[in-house]
Amino acid sequence: MTELPETTQRKLGLVIDLDTCVGCHACVVACKGWNTENYGVPLSDVDAYGADPVGSFLNRVHSYEIAPTGGGCSQTVHFPKSCLHCDTAPCVTVCPTGASYKRSEDGIVLVDESACIGCGLCAWACPYGARELDQVAGVMKKCTLCVDRIYNENLEEVDRVPACVRTCPAGARHFGDLGDPDSDVSKLVAERGGFDLMPEQGTAPTNKYLPPRPKDRLTAQAADSSSLTPIAEEPKGFLGWLDMALEAL
Amino acid sequence: MHPAPSVIIFTVLSGLGLGMLAFLGIGVLDVQGVAAFMPFAIAFTFTITGLIASTFHLDNPQRAWRAFSQWKTSWLSREAWLSAATLSVMGIFAINNIFRGITISVLGWLGAGLAMATVVSTAMIYTQLKTVPRWNHWITPIHMLTLSLAGGAILMQHTSAALVLLTCAGLAQLAHWRIGDRQFAARGHSMETATGLGDRGSVRMFEPPHTGSNYLLKEMVYVVGRRHALKLRCIAFVTIVLLPFLIVVALPGGTLTTCFAITIFGLGTFTSRWLFFAEAEHVVALYYGKRDG
Repeated sequence: MTELPETTQRKLGLVIDLDTCVGCHACVVACKGWNTENYGVPLSDVDAYGADPVGSFLNRVHSYEIAPTGGGCSQTVHFPKSCLHCDTAPCVTVCPTGASYKRSEDGIVLVDESACIGCGLCAWACPYGARELDQVAGVMKKCTLCVDRIYNENLEEVDRVPACVRTCPAGARHFGDLGDPDSDVSKLVAERGGFDLMPEQGTAPTNKYLPPRPKDRLTAQAADSSSLTPIAEEPKGFLGWLDMALEAL
Repeated sequence: MHPAPSVIIFTVLSGLGLGMLAFLGIGVLDVQGVAAFMPFAIAFTFTITGLIASTFHLDNPQRAWRAFSQWKTSWLSREAWLSAATLSVMGIFAINNIFRGITISVLGWLGAGLAMATVVSTAMIYTQLKTVPRWNHWITPIHMLTLSLAGGAILMQHTSAALVLLTCAGLAQLAHWRIGDRQFAARGHSMETATGLGDRGSVRMFEPPHTGSNYLLKEMVYVVGRRHALKLRCIAFVTIVLLPFLIVVALPGGTLTTCFAITIFGLGTFTSRWLFFAEAEHVVALYYGKRDG
């Protein structure tokens, strides 16, 4: 049913560190790789090698530039974005067929593809662009939080995290229970001031973003070039003569 | 938002048909037997053609029956129920009228109420979306309801009702444009709130996530219509309100006049509905730095 659960036992989600992300898109590729051959229909590509390629992705990395309010150097921020598994997910309640649902046990928002009619209304209802209608299968695709990895006892324990988290070479993605205040991810959010995207939409996202740390600034002393004192004395003796001779050439 | 032809045809035609069914239900046209056949046939044709068009918007229409299941939360599901209920109740009402020559007015009034509820539920599919500020306002259902009733009144050849409702539809249309133009800014959505980086400075796109297009951009970041929006608004307003008003007032009543008036009104409604989608901006455009087109 598309009624949202009143509470969920756990709130599994991601914490994405915008300070650490280097924008390599490895998470995008790992996500596409895992999810095209596991849960649900493949993530199709259309005209993949042609002039106008389009494809379904569950995770995309945007890059932004911040022009600081007080002037100074701009700051580039790489910004991975996937489903935020919202507490009050608007994509779930609009679904007419019950294909979209939020699990009460762990808060993951999923699509039952066998019930999806491909009307696209859930994608309209999502402010984050987290849902894409697959252009070949005509069913809605979205991040499953790798539900087929995280509980999969056939995998090594180290692999029981979402593919994007497992692959991130920078350690910018963290997975855990954000409903538990003592979990590592919750502590990280508290410590670093994790925030919600577009909070004015009232979606109460589970996923949090950690802000980029402020850039180092030139101090007054470092900026003053006269403070650089010469470290070499005037040469004397043979080197003094060589210096004069070379100068005279 | 992408103005998909299937959805435009659906909302315009079913709106006209349901508006006419509402008038037939409350007994504006007091005819029985063979004379009642044509009006009911016209109203049902418009409504059903519209509803069939809506299924072309689905990528997997073979599962459309499932859309009846989530009426507790989904306006799209409620619309499915209400349209089916309207067609059933008005169908029984029409059969009694045409073949038995009796008017069961309780059934008619119920059908009229259901027809209007269907139009409102269609409008609510759009109105409920916080992600599209232009639609997310109480003026949207009023806009669609007045257009539906005005079209119904023209089809019923009810001059006085048509004139009043055309005026209402015109005013609602103007209000929808005026309110809609301010909605996005009024909600305070910006690239800064979208990225959460606003406390550091102003945010601009450095690099999009992909070089090509994608479903999101095609479906929700439709920018083609914006350049000619003002001209199209003028065309829509003239053909929805001014011309039908003049035709109904000036020309002698009759089938030909009604056909002429409804064709003009229909074209205007199609233009208005195209703009309804093409001008609507979805907040996801902010992540792509495409707000200003």
